[in-house]
Amino acid sequence: MDEMTWLDYLPVLGQGAWVTVQLTVWSTLFGALLAFAAGLGKLARNAAVRGLSVAYIEIFRGTSLLVQLFWLYFALPLVGQAIGINLRLPPVTAGILALSLNIGAYGAEVVRGAVQAVTRQQYEAARALNFTPRQTLFRIALPQAIPEMMPPFDNLAIQNLKDTALVSLISLADLAMRAEQLRNYTQDSTTIYTLVLLMYFGMALVLTAFMRGLSSMVGRWRPAQR
Amino acid sequence: MTDPIIRFDKVAKRFGDISVLDGLDFTVSRGEKVTIIGPSGSGKSTILRILMTLEDISDGTVWVDGEPLWHEKAGDGTLKPASEAHLHKMRGKLGMVFQSFNLFPHMTVLRNITEAPVQVLGLSKPEAKDRAMGLLDMVGLSDHAEKYPHQMSGGQQQRVAIARALAMRPDILLFDEPTSALDPELVGEVQEVIRKLAYEHDLTMLLVTHEMRFAREISDRVCFIDKGSVHEEGAPEDLFTAPQQPRTQEFLRAVLDG
Ligand SMILES: Nc1ncnc2c1ncn2[C@@H]1O[C@H](COP(=O)(O)OP(=O)(O)OP(=O)(O)O)[C@@H](O)[C@H]1O
Ligand SMILES: [Mg+2]
Repeated sequence: MDEMTWLDYLPVLGQGAWVTVQLTVWSTLFGALLAFAAGLGKLARNAAVRGLSVAYIEIFRGTSLLVQLFWLYFALPLVGQAIGINLRLPPVTAGILALSLNIGAYGAEVVRGAVQAVTRQQYEAARALNFTPRQTLFRIALPQAIPEMMPPFDNLAIQNLKDTALVSLISLADLAMRAEQLRNYTQDSTTIYTLVLLMYFGMALVLTAFMRGLSSMVGRWRPAQR
Repeated sequence: MTDPIIRFDKVAKRFGDISVLDGLDFTVSRGEKVTIIGPSGSGKSTILRILMTLEDISDGTVWVDGEPLWHEKAGDGTLKPASEAHLHKMRGKLGMVFQSFNLFPHMTVLRNITEAPVQVLGLSKPEAKDRAMGLLDMVGLSDHAEKYPHQMSGGQQQRVAIARALAMRPDILLFDEPTSALDPELVGEVQEVIRKLAYEHDLTMLLVTHEMRFAREISDRVCFIDKGSVHEEGAPEDLFTAPQQPRTQEFLRAVLDG
């Protein structure tokens, strides 16, 4: 067989990059949902909701993503077997789930912090106008808090993109996995890793550009950016 | 002085070990314009904040429009602590204008004024907008409806805040040092709006201020509060010209010379 050039690597790496993009997009989306649920849950009046949110946040911040991933992929099916339910997850599902749960736990702290940073005066004005607590949260506090969440959310999304490389360990053919396969086959480490580096960097740039756009959209009302 | 719309009956308020109000008795008649004056830390804001349900009470009873504010009547006629539903109902009778305006920064001026009438009172959007535009006209800001608060001066923001409170059609309007955060050249335009309200409306007004000249101009009665109780009160022409109590004399001498 002929010597492969970097042009021949691209289709293979491209396939892997597409898997990485999908993992990143889905887990960031689900992660954001979890972040709002747990972040607001931690501020809830109901003690059970609060306790559940705190437990989730602490467990997933306090253990490594790798362990969470292995637990969901390898341990959960055994637990399922023991209680007679099929809990065997396809690698993609396990990967997205682990990434979402992990990023959601960090995001929850961002959500909680931003909501608590809304000034007491704003809550008092809302109360004086007789808004209910729910209206105050959704109409007064969150619209002011969400723009504040955007820079840390951008960081988390980038972090998440990089973390997707871990899912190759449960045999998902993402960019990192494809790179490893090519390297085993061609031994051309320098070219392959340079391409992979550029591809991750390109994806990070697109992600940040998207987050910037989202940020200026949710913060339209704000005075010219500092 | 019949038909009190506000009555504090032996009200105490403590923050931890600090006693701010101690057996306060205080009444305001319907439609009356009352100014509260007194040294810093004497409990003036606390009185307004208790009425706006931003601060609860430690003891005693507050009556608003014939009903207990922080209590409700139980089946056997005794008073029990108010439920959120009761507070919600009572809050509808009151409005408040804050020292720091507290407009919602993410809403336009118009939205600031229409949001609560639509969401809380259930007005339709066109109804709320009509009401808001009328009020903006009254405070002289009809041309600013689509601006955001940060695009306006402090004086303009405070006039919007007054319109926002009035849009809920309260029976009682509370003002906590409404001009204290303003640059001196902007104080006049806000006082002008409050003066207009005082002269033209049957609204009950309770105002905390350090502007003695303004207090004298607009109030039916002035209360000097010291250490959490009414030390002396009376018509402005009496209290300002011939205060009876040494502490009142001392306070007035200090602020009028200052
Ligand atoms: N949330 C709180 N916790 C503890 N102490 C408080 C609290 N709110 C007010 N106080 C104290 O209660 C006292 C009365 O406060 P208040 O704000 O009613 O005074 P004020 O008469 O409005 O004074 P000022 O003219 O400075 O506005 C002050 O000593 C203040 O420090
Ligand atoms: Mg005060």
